[in-house]
Amino acid sequence: MLSSTEATGKPVVRLGDRLFSGTARLAAMLIMVALAGVAVFLVVEGLPGLSAPADIYRPADDFWSYVGPLVWGTVLAAVVALVIAIPFSVGLALFISHYAPPRIAGPIAYVIDLLAAIPSVVYGLWGGLALAHWMTPSINWLYDNLGFIPFFAGPPSVTGRTMLTAGIVLSIMVIPITTAISREVFAQTPRLHEEAAMALGATRWETIRLAVFPYAKSGVVSGVMLGLGRALGETMAVAMVLSATPVVTLNLISNSNPATIASNIAANYKEATPDRQSLLIATGLVLFIVTFVVNFIARLIVARSERNVTR
Amino acid sequence: MTTTPLDHDFESVTAGLVQPQLPRWAAVLIGAMALAVAGLLTMVMGWSVVGGAILAGLLFVIGMPTWSRVVEGGRAAADRLATCLVWGAFVAVLVPLIWLVWLVLKNGLGAISLSFLNESMRGVVGEGGGIYHALMGTLLVTLAATVISVPIGLFTAIYLVEYGKGSRLARVTTFLVDVMTGIPSIVAGLFALALLVLIFGPAIRIGFGGSIALALLMIPTVVRSAEEMLRLVPSDLREASYALGVPKWRTIVKVVMPTAFGGIVTGIVLAISRVIGETAPLLIVAGATDSVNMNLFNGRMMTLPVYIFSQYSSPGVPAFGTDGPPPGYARAWGAALVLIGIVMILNLAARILQKIYAPKSDRRR
Repeated sequence: MLSSTEATGKPVVRLGDRLFSGTARLAAMLIMVALAGVAVFLVVEGLPGLSAPADIYRPADDFWSYVGPLVWGTVLAAVVALVIAIPFSVGLALFISHYAPPRIAGPIAYVIDLLAAIPSVVYGLWGGLALAHWMTPSINWLYDNLGFIPFFAGPPSVTGRTMLTAGIVLSIMVIPITTAISREVFAQTPRLHEEAAMALGATRWETIRLAVFPYAKSGVVSGVMLGLGRALGETMAVAMVLSATPVVTLNLISNSNPATIASNIAANYKEATPDRQSLLIATGLVLFIVTFVVNFIARLIVARSERNVTR
Repeated sequence: MTTTPLDHDFESVTAGLVQPQLPRWAAVLIGAMALAVAGLLTMVMGWSVVGGAILAGLLFVIGMPTWSRVVEGGRAAADRLATCLVWGAFVAVLVPLIWLVWLVLKNGLGAISLSFLNESMRGVVGEGGGIYHALMGTLLVTLAATVISVPIGLFTAIYLVEYGKGSRLARVTTFLVDVMTGIPSIVAGLFALALLVLIFGPAIRIGFGGSIALALLMIPTVVRSAEEMLRLVPSDLREASYALGVPKWRTIVKVVMPTAFGGIVTGIVLAISRVIGETAPLLIVAGATDSVNMNLFNGRMMTLPVYIFSQYSSPGVPAFGTDGPPPGYARAWGAALVLIGIVMILNLAARILQKIYAPKSDRRR
């Protein structure tokens, strides 16, 4: 293309132009290569982990029974975190966008954004040294009063290092992310919709239910999905709170809790033999696929509801 | 029901056109009552202060809508309940966050001293030691990650905005950048490790591996923010430059980039602040050590987040004959305070940069 226009002599194509556009294109391609590289390297290094001798998988005896409890733990921790985080972050986002006095809403939003920047290892430190200890009486209370629910079947942990504690720490890390996105879409609700609802005599809550929520639904869902992505992939907070045993259980308050994929990798990395290392990389591949699927679904949901809104 | 006498009072009002409303001091009254009841119960039953506070909150959230339902009707009661819950969510979120920050400040300030910042952990058993090696490691690893990711991210953004409009490569790249934002940090670490293992063999741990992992996490943030900023540059500027016969690449370098400079730098600083606290990838690629290592390409390298983790997971034992928390915990809190300090300074710098560069176009008008 370039050379043909050059031959006719109309536009002059300078060397600098060609170099510059080439570099830009190269950078874009590099991203593709990098992502493909992530997948390829994980597969190449992880494949031996799928079919290693049985003793590598101790205490389980094949790959799927090794990774099963980890996937369960990952999903359980993320679900606990989201169940706690969603109501609070929607409430907090509404507070910032609609309830708080305008003068303090801005600073509060900024502070919440800052909290998203606190490193996860600090949340883990807090969860392991402060929250876990403090959780012990609550866990006992849950066991005594709600023990008939399988989540609180006990026996209650004495250290407080339970799935519930890990879930709470994760939820506090998820809240700033979900809040930031929800607040933005809440604030973007067309002013006219809200004023129309108010003019019909709706109370503030009815205005929010009738005008704000329908408009912001897809944005909130995408915020929640982003939070889910963080909760699934979060390593340190879980690794620092839980002491793990490979079990599949609904019990949130006992001493034996399944690890998550990420925390298992972090906990076992130091003393890993090459065989064990490729096993851990293979579990990492599973995590990569799970988060990829979650993100993909999130994007589909958002795309579809966006289409509905424009229609 | 305690509200019957009130009902009677409001009957005269209900007869008129004005809907009955709770008095303005209703919230104060209910709040005081909730506090009193909860306080009394806490004292009588011997509960903790936290339990009492939760009870008071619950009483308020139940009491306010109930009173409102009796006086104002169902719709207003639902509104009041929603207001209570939203405020409740705000307060409930603040509690752990303030607790966390307060703990880090309280425990961290006690640990920080000149020697804490100036010593490594080499040969330290028990008390003493510091974070010098980890601080240097964090700065070097993050710097290298920035050097890798900024050119790639910036040129990708330039491609997306200036060259690849609507092309298939641009669409694919945008999608992949979206996917990249969702990569868990530990997977990025595994990627860097797998890459190094392929090249150098299985037992490799070097600081540069950490930079690769962090760069992978930084690139999408840099691309996103730079792309947004470049799109904000009005196309009039570009067209004016073309009309003067300036080649496209010089237009980008001399006209587009300077206009978007503030926003781009802000985005980069924010991206750095986001990855500087990453622990998991550094733990598995850069490893952990007690000594100072300034060479990114040789040997294990300690970083602040990994330092916090290793002080937490193997805190040591207090000196013989003394009682108290293991000495590692204090060092972990101190390092956490330094790390949070760095992150906050970066965020503040980003905000200041934004302030400096943002209002310019308005002022000119």
